[in-house]
This record gives sequence, C-alpha cells and structure tokens, in this order.
Amino acid sequence: MSTGHSSADAEAAARLVSFGMRPKLLPGRDVVYGELVRRYGEDSAFKQLTHAVAAGLGLMVLEVSTQAGAVLAATDESIFEIKMDTYARQSKIRERRDTEKVLHGLIHLATAALGYPRPDDLANDTYIGRVSVEQVDGVVREACRILDERAGGNKDPLADAPELEQAWRAYARRPAAAATKDGRLASDTTRGMVARALRFLSEHGFLVQVSGEQGGTYRTTPRYQVQVRELAADAAFDELLTLGVVSVPGGEGSLRATASDTL
Amino acid sequence: MAGLGDPDEGLARRLKALACTAPLHDLDARKAKLDWADATVYQMAEIGLHTIDQVTIAMDFDTGADHQQVVNRLLPFIAAQAPGRGAGEHTRVARWVLDNLINVGTTDRGFRRVYGSVDADGRYRRRAFDFKLLVELAAPDGEVYLRATDEAINVLVGALDTDVESAQIAAEVKLENLITRGRLADAKLAAEQARYRTVQYGETLRARLDATRRDVRSVDWEREVPELLDSALSHIESRFRAETAILKNITAARDEAEDPGHKRRAAELVEIVGDCIRRHTQLQSRLQAAGAVFRAEQDRQQFSGPPQRAAIDVFGQLLTPTLELPLADAVAPTQAFFHAATGIAVPALPSLPSLVSLLLRPAPEREQLVGEVPEPELAPAEVTDSYSDEQWRLADELLDLPEVPRRLSGLLAEARETDAGVARLVALRALHAYGPEVGAAIRQGERRVLLAFDDGTMLDDPEFGGADLLLMSAGVDGRDGTETEEVA
Repeated sequence: MSTGHSSADAEAAARLVSFGMRPKLLPGRDVVYGELVRRYGEDSAFKQLTHAVAAGLGLMVLEVSTQAGAVLAATDESIFEIKMDTYARQSKIRERRDTEKVLHGLIHLATAALGYPRPDDLANDTYIGRVSVEQVDGVVREACRILDERAGGNKDPLADAPELEQAWRAYARRPAAAATKDGRLASDTTRGMVARALRFLSEHGFLVQVSGEQGGTYRTTPRYQVQVRELAADAAFDELLTLGVVSVPGGEGSLRATASDTL
Repeated sequence: MAGLGDPDEGLARRLKALACTAPLHDLDARKAKLDWADATVYQMAEIGLHTIDQVTIAMDFDTGADHQQVVNRLLPFIAAQAPGRGAGEHTRVARWVLDNLINVGTTDRGFRRVYGSVDADGRYRRRAFDFKLLVELAAPDGEVYLRATDEAINVLVGALDTDVESAQIAAEVKLENLITRGRLADAKLAAEQARYRTVQYGETLRARLDATRRDVRSVDWEREVPELLDSALSHIESRFRAETAILKNITAARDEAEDPGHKRRAAELVEIVGDCIRRHTQLQSRLQAAGAVFRAEQDRQQFSGPPQRAAIDVFGQLLTPTLELPLADAVAPTQAFFHAATGIAVPALPSLPSLVSLLLRPAPEREQLVGEVPEPELAPAEVTDSYSDEQWRLADELLDLPEVPRRLSGLLAEARETDAGVARLVALRALHAYGPEVGAAIRQGERRVLLAFDDGTMLDDPEFGGADLLLMSAGVDGRDGTETEEVA
C-alpha cells in the first residue's frame, strides 16, 4: 500500500474516531462501525492514519476491537479531558478540596478493584465483572477496618496537620448513609458518592446497570477493562512508584471474600 | 494501641470520655438561642441521654431504630418536661435533639475534639479525636436507620475511666441492659443472638457464592466452604430443637400469663422466635442450593482461557497503598487513576432547537429540588489593608487642600519622595474623588470632601497614565443640603 492517503481514507479514519466518541455504540450493532474496526485490524496504513487523526484531536487510541469498539483516551490539556476538578465541583465548599478529590478517586479505584479482583481478570478479555454500590462501599470500609487494626500506637490524627491524616481515616469517618428531608441518599455520604461514580461510569459506557439491588448493581464492559488495563492502572501505579509505596506483584490478587465474623 | 503503658494513656482516655459528653452539654448551652420556641424549659441533656437510650434499646442485633420511631418514643418524656406546650413543639424539640446528636449539617456527621498527648519522643502533640454518638446506616431495603455508637453507649454508663472506643465493654453494657429488663430477656437474647448468627452465616455464604460466581478458584471449595456448610447446618439443627421447645413453652406461658406486662413480653419473644425459625429455614434451603451453584459455575468457568498478559492487581497494588497514604500524597495517584479511567468527555454542542425547548420548558417543581442545604462556613478574610496607617496619614496630609487646587502630578511627585506606596494611594484616592459620593459624605457627617476635575491636561508620569486631575477639598454643609464647590 502506498503511503499516500486519499481523502476518503481520512474520512473513514475520522469516522472511526467519531464512533469511539460514542461509548455506548458497539461495532456489533452497527455495520459501518464493524467494517471500520475490521479495516483497522487488517490495514496497517489505515491504523496509522486513525492514530494520526486521533492525535490531531488530542486523543490516544488505546485499542480497537470488536468487543470494545474504538477506545479513546484524552491526552493532557485536550478538550476531551475529564478533569477531577469538574467532577468534584459539586462538593460542599467548606470541606477541604483535596479530601473530596481523594475520596472520589478512591471510589473509582475501588470500583475497578471490585470489577477486576485479580490481575488475571484484568488481563482476560472475556472477563466480565460485577459491582454494586453496597459492595464498593463495603470493600473500602473493610480495607479501612483492616488498616485501622494494623495501625499501632496512638491512632488519632494530629490536629494541626490535617493533610497528614491518612486517606483511609477520612473515608472511614465519612458516614455511609444519611437521611435527607426528602428521603433520598445524601450525596456527600460514601454510598451517595459511590452511586454517583457508578452512574457516571455507566453514562460513559464503562458499566451497564443490571439491577437496582444493593443500591444499584452493574456489570463491567470490555471498554472499561481496556481503559483500566491499558491506561488508568499504569498511570496510578507510576504515581505510587514515584512515592515508593507499592509492593511486588503477585499472581493471585489480594482481594478476598471477607469473613463477616467481625460484624 | 494499648501496651505503651505510659501514664499519659489514662489521661487521654479520660479526655476522650469527657469529649463524648460535650455534645450533650452543648445542647443545653444552645437551647436559649433557638428562635422557634422558648426552649429553656427543656432539659436538653436529659432528652439527649434519653434519645441515646431509646436508640440503644431499639437496636436489635441486626437493625436499629428509624428516625420517626425514636421521635415517637421521646415524645412522652419531652411532654412531661413541658406539659403546657403543644405537641408540635415537642416533636420539634425531639427532632432538634436527634439531629444534633447525629450532628446533621456537618459533612462527616460526627464530632471532633482536639486533645494533647505526649508522644514517644516526649513531644507534646495535639491530636484530633473523631467520634459519633448516633450513626445512620442503610438497611438492605434502602431505608436509613439509627444505631448508637460504642462511644455513645459508653457515655451512657457515665464511668469516665473507660476505654470509650472498646466494642467489648459496650457489648457487656448492652448485655447487662438486656438482662435487667426482665426474666424473659435471657431467652430473648439467646434467640436474638442465634438469629444474628444465622444472618451472619447467610451473609458469609452469600459472599462465598458471589465470589464463586466471579471466579471458582478464588474460593476454597475443598475445605473452607464444606466446613462452613457443616457448621451452619449444625447451628440450624441445634437452634431448631431449642427454638421449637421455647416456642412451645412460651406460647403456653403467653396464654396462661395473668400480668399484662408479662403477657406482652412473652408475646414478643414468641414473635422473635418465630422469625428465627423462619430465617433458619431460609438459610437451610440456601445451604442445600450452594453445591449446585458451585458445580454450575465450575462448568461455566472452565471454558475461560488462561490469562494472556500480566496486569496490575488493582486492590493490592493500587487501592490499599493509596488508602495508607496521607491525604496530601494521595491526591496525585487518585487523580491520575480518575483521569485515565473515566475516558473522554465529548464537549456538548448547543443546538438551536434543543436550546429553544430548554428555555420554554416550565420551571421544575421546587419540592423535587430540595436537598440538603449546605451551610457555608465563611473563612475570615485575609488582611485587606494594602496600605499602612502611616501611609494613610501621609496621604491625608497631602490631600488636605482647603485653599488652592493642586495638580495630581505635583502631589504624586511629593508623595514619591517619602514612599512609593503613598503615591499609589494618592493616585487611587484622586481617581475615587473624580466621582465623589457627596450624599454619602453628608450622611456620614463629614466636614469636607475631596473633589477632582479633569481639564484635559494629560498626566506625564512613569507609573500612572490618564488625565492630570485638579484636586481640591470642598466643604460640605449638611444642614441645608447644598455644597459649596470651589473647583477651578
């Protein structure tokens, strides 16, 4: 194949990228999309062109497959970027912004951790995880409880250095649920925040709601797996690596079904 | 936590115990400020303690009390304190006390007390003790119910030298409470505990089955689960026998009892035991189905292929380490993950048809909007004085021009000899004087006001631009409302 691209090729590549911007559309449901995904896999020049079109828009192509469709990620400062500041904006002003951001981030981490309990699940393309609001909150609270037991000495945080308080403490202190006047779940409780995160992810095509049980039960989509595996996990891992706090990987994964003797 | 053995620990413990009583004292301290009623007649701390009592008593082993139930049970006690007041006010007082014990309105719905302790290096450190008295939890059906915390139960006892965070002491107090409530309480307690145990077995089993559905290999079906099934079955067996006996005896006692109080209690117990038996039956049927779930999942999952690539263990390598980080450090990794895991946001394009329909849509009903109204906490302003008193005094001297108007350029030059800041202040005040608020000056009873006039001369200055204003002080005569202006 020659290196020259026709304008029809460019249009097709741009169309593939634009399909990727509709996260709920799947190649299996759309003939044109399916055809473009197939072409991406077979035609390396077209693949290059698609990457170039995406790069020009400020996007990265993480993967293009029949299951997940075209999975895109925003580069830094791209107009497609989702900023934590925007996401956490609805929080109350009086709370320290960092605490709020960390709590939201932890909830997203816990969602991925519960969706893919073992490294194998993240690696296995056919794996579909299940998460629910109750479980996500439960997993983090259980982890907090274990960390609390592990902490020795005087465990109370220093009063004059709130930023040195450990993240689990801030999570454990936040109420799980609170009644509002109209009987809905208060949005600044952890369950409210988890419900929001799961709803947000399902709006972006990363989760699909299965039922309303346990505060909302969802299953993961291949798209979420690609996103977590190819980008998010590494990004967070790199940050932790620079802080020097990560352990050596094992093959088993460390999330366990917990014994509830400690209720 | 224990084991340091220093004398300081006892002190810290007593300080914490003391802190737990603070919210109760606070109720009485604040009752005078309530604007909806003259609440000084109510003994708020008593009502507070009574509220905690009510919640503790209503606390079954697996659920707690509902807000409305607690309020209802408080009403007779409150009414006894102020019989002359209306039922509406009593309800409001009950709500107020309940809300304050939960501490509604704060983000964490809890209390914080700062106390000091000497750490291992002998330094005095201030630490924050976070505690809650009543907590709200979500039941499986989504309802929110109340439970008293260990701290609250320990405060109730009144013994200050106890470890207020100890769940064990709290359990003992709870137990004692239950026993002193009547002769039948023992049987009731046993039945309740058995029910709790049954719920726990059911929960453990459910967690194991869920994990099995995700991945057969994550659960030990060779030893752990069979053991669990065995012990659950023997639990059910022993309880079935005991409870059938209780049911028979107590039903007889209920029918024969003369004293209405005893009759009622026996009836309660019969109900609990009946519920226990129902739950046991439920658990038993689930135990019988467990094996089938395992076999079905094994069949389904053996077709999934082996792992293709190494990936990160999200829980062990990302979540747990991040939870252990101080808040300030945890921002970067959580943000990095969030940023990458949430994908892309496609900017919304406004379209005229949807904009029009959006604008024409009737305003939504207000009731649907009412959520919790956040109380803004206003931080005290930073020091806003850009200029010192000394600079203001110098500027005042320069701008006191009762006789002859002067040009701004001259004033600036003079001001700059002393301080560049004074020059800036003079320029700002000259600008302000270009539109003087004479009315305001009269209201404030000032004798004179500074006026500025632009005669078209340009200002030639290294720092400021604009017109070289003529400045002059004019006397203000507030009595007849006329001003004598003497501007050139």
